[in-house]
Amino acid sequence: MTALTRRHFGLVLGAGAATLAMPAYLRSQGKPKVVVIGGGAGGATAARYIAKDSEGAIDVTLIDESNKYTTCFFSNLYLGGYRDFNSITHGYDKLESNYGIKKVTGRAKSVDRAAKTVTMEDGSTIPYDRLVIAPGIDFVWDSVNGYSEEASKVAPHAWKAGPQTELLKSKLDAVENGQTIIMVAPPNPYRCPPGPYERVSMMAHVLKKKGLKDAKIIVLDTKEKFSKQALFQEGWQKYYQGMIEWYAPSVHGGIKSVDVGAGTVTTDLDTFKGAMLNIIPAQKAGAIAAAAGVANDSGFCPIDASSMRSTMDENIFVIGDASIAGAMPKSAFSANSQAKVAAMNVRGDLIKSKVFPAKYSNTCWSLIETDDGVKVGAQYSPADGKIAANSTFISQTKEEDALRKANYEESVGWYTGIVTDIFG
Amino acid sequence: MGAVDRAVHPRTLDAFYCVLSLRGIAIAITLIFGCGLAATGAIAQDGKALFKVCKACHEIGEGAHNKVGPHLDGIVGRTAGSVQGFRYSKAMVEAGSDGIVWNEKNLMKFLEKPSHFIPGSRMSYRGMADEKKRAELIAWLGKASSAKPAENPAKPTYIPPSDAARSFTDVVLAQKGDPEYGEYLAGECVTCHQQSGHAEGIPSIVGLPEDYFVHALFEYKTNVRQNEVMKLRVINLNNEEIAALAAYFGKLEPN
Repeated sequence: MTALTRRHFGLVLGAGAATLAMPAYLRSQGKPKVVVIGGGAGGATAARYIAKDSEGAIDVTLIDESNKYTTCFFSNLYLGGYRDFNSITHGYDKLESNYGIKKVTGRAKSVDRAAKTVTMEDGSTIPYDRLVIAPGIDFVWDSVNGYSEEASKVAPHAWKAGPQTELLKSKLDAVENGQTIIMVAPPNPYRCPPGPYERVSMMAHVLKKKGLKDAKIIVLDTKEKFSKQALFQEGWQKYYQGMIEWYAPSVHGGIKSVDVGAGTVTTDLDTFKGAMLNIIPAQKAGAIAAAAGVANDSGFCPIDASSMRSTMDENIFVIGDASIAGAMPKSAFSANSQAKVAAMNVRGDLIKSKVFPAKYSNTCWSLIETDDGVKVGAQYSPADGKIAANSTFISQTKEEDALRKANYEESVGWYTGIVTDIFG
Repeated sequence: MGAVDRAVHPRTLDAFYCVLSLRGIAIAITLIFGCGLAATGAIAQDGKALFKVCKACHEIGEGAHNKVGPHLDGIVGRTAGSVQGFRYSKAMVEAGSDGIVWNEKNLMKFLEKPSHFIPGSRMSYRGMADEKKRAELIAWLGKASSAKPAENPAKPTYIPPSDAARSFTDVVLAQKGDPEYGEYLAGECVTCHQQSGHAEGIPSIVGLPEDYFVHALFEYKTNVRQNEVMKLRVINLNNEEIAALAAYFGKLEPN
């Protein structure tokens, strides 16, 4: 793209956005207001970039029900014993002190799109000119017959990091030789496509390290294939021979039900009994998305590929796991990337700053065993109304040890980098 | 997602990572691998051979200039963060004002794990675990660093090594990079490369000379440096975008 076309593009978009922004200016007292719901990889990044790049010209409020955030990414490394829990938990203090973001700790219950206010669970309301919705995922509990939020206290999903992750870890650490762990892996689309299989690797690592060679992990999948499958299966064969069994639906015939009390998962093929169950249900956008009316029948939120703006409300942006982001996987990297595009467009709307063409990227690293990391990544841009991949790469089987070790080291560097980019 | 062919020559990875390390800032990766030399011990060690890893970023000897790192003439006995005109991290400047001098003892500690001895240093080098090798390197530095640096060491004289690279760098830098555009594009970089200039497993790219920056990206484009993540980002960048990124990161001050 030449300089001319890019600048031209910026001007055209800028002008269109300014028109949209006009009524907001007239209505709001003083500075334009942005409210961000959800303080994870998407929401916190958006809040930070809007506040940072507008240099005080926009009021930014970040709503999250917690005052600290445990990252789902790298929580498998906590399970595997490579990280401690504190190292994957982050506060919002720098966002407040360094960027002047107002952090509201509480749960957003609904959105009045006509009045442009967010209603909190305690009844208070927060007005906005632009709203960024980044609630991550919620579970479709009944996607696994017999599973529920209550049952997750016995058989954790641990697919939202925090107490669930610690519960899963304590259960993993209690597994004895000869016992079986059963994982029910979720159907697409779900948060972190390689996540369940990295988790299986990390659980096997822990068992193997403790010498529990007769302990076993059975994965009952709801999909015929999964992310980085060849790489994981190669690694399982190499490091954890005989410890991991993976069953596709075509083999087990479908998951009928779970009984977390009895520790059983019944499929068409058989009833599997485990000392520990890890049930990861189907997923949808966090509840506030549906409450705001920006989710469609899929449970997720359609967006404009060039801006992350909701197709249902021009004043609302939806980013991260809750959005339908075309070819992009639901990952922290994706959410962080989408947040920057959304932040730029929010600023364009409200303070007429320059808007450049959207570019997105993602890389997902997974650890299979100590110093054996693999990665998959892609670069994306809007095409035909969707976010499409321009170019992709994936680690190959039979790679040199040194390259796999470098991948792992790179992922550790990335973690430090991205949490700094998210939380300041 | 489609797999991209990984064109790795069947010679050992160690070998090409050595090449890579000599060519650029990705020495962090080299050190992880021990760069063949260290890992195998097959080649005789001496300080000069060990310095090859440092050479990617540091000049030493008659007329040395600052590159990605400061010149190392007079390094043994020099106060930390004291080369005029070099853009140090805040941490390194503070170390200097706290009285840290690069004597043998401090160099031994620093080179073992730079990020531990001076947290916040921009030096993206993981460290040399082998005490004997560190001692050899420092002994060699002591001798080699007695030369006089360039009169104006701050003026970088970075010359890209190949004609192709040189002409690419010239073409890109012939247009003035727009730092504002660069700042937006940089959103993609700072997910991994910290904007503060801190290097913890991923090299710092803050404050790099523009020609060095452009040349490094050229090497990712052309597979001289092999990193799939970097290649993916770079092949989708046009010249204007590379110039904009170089302008933006070149202007940033580490902190």
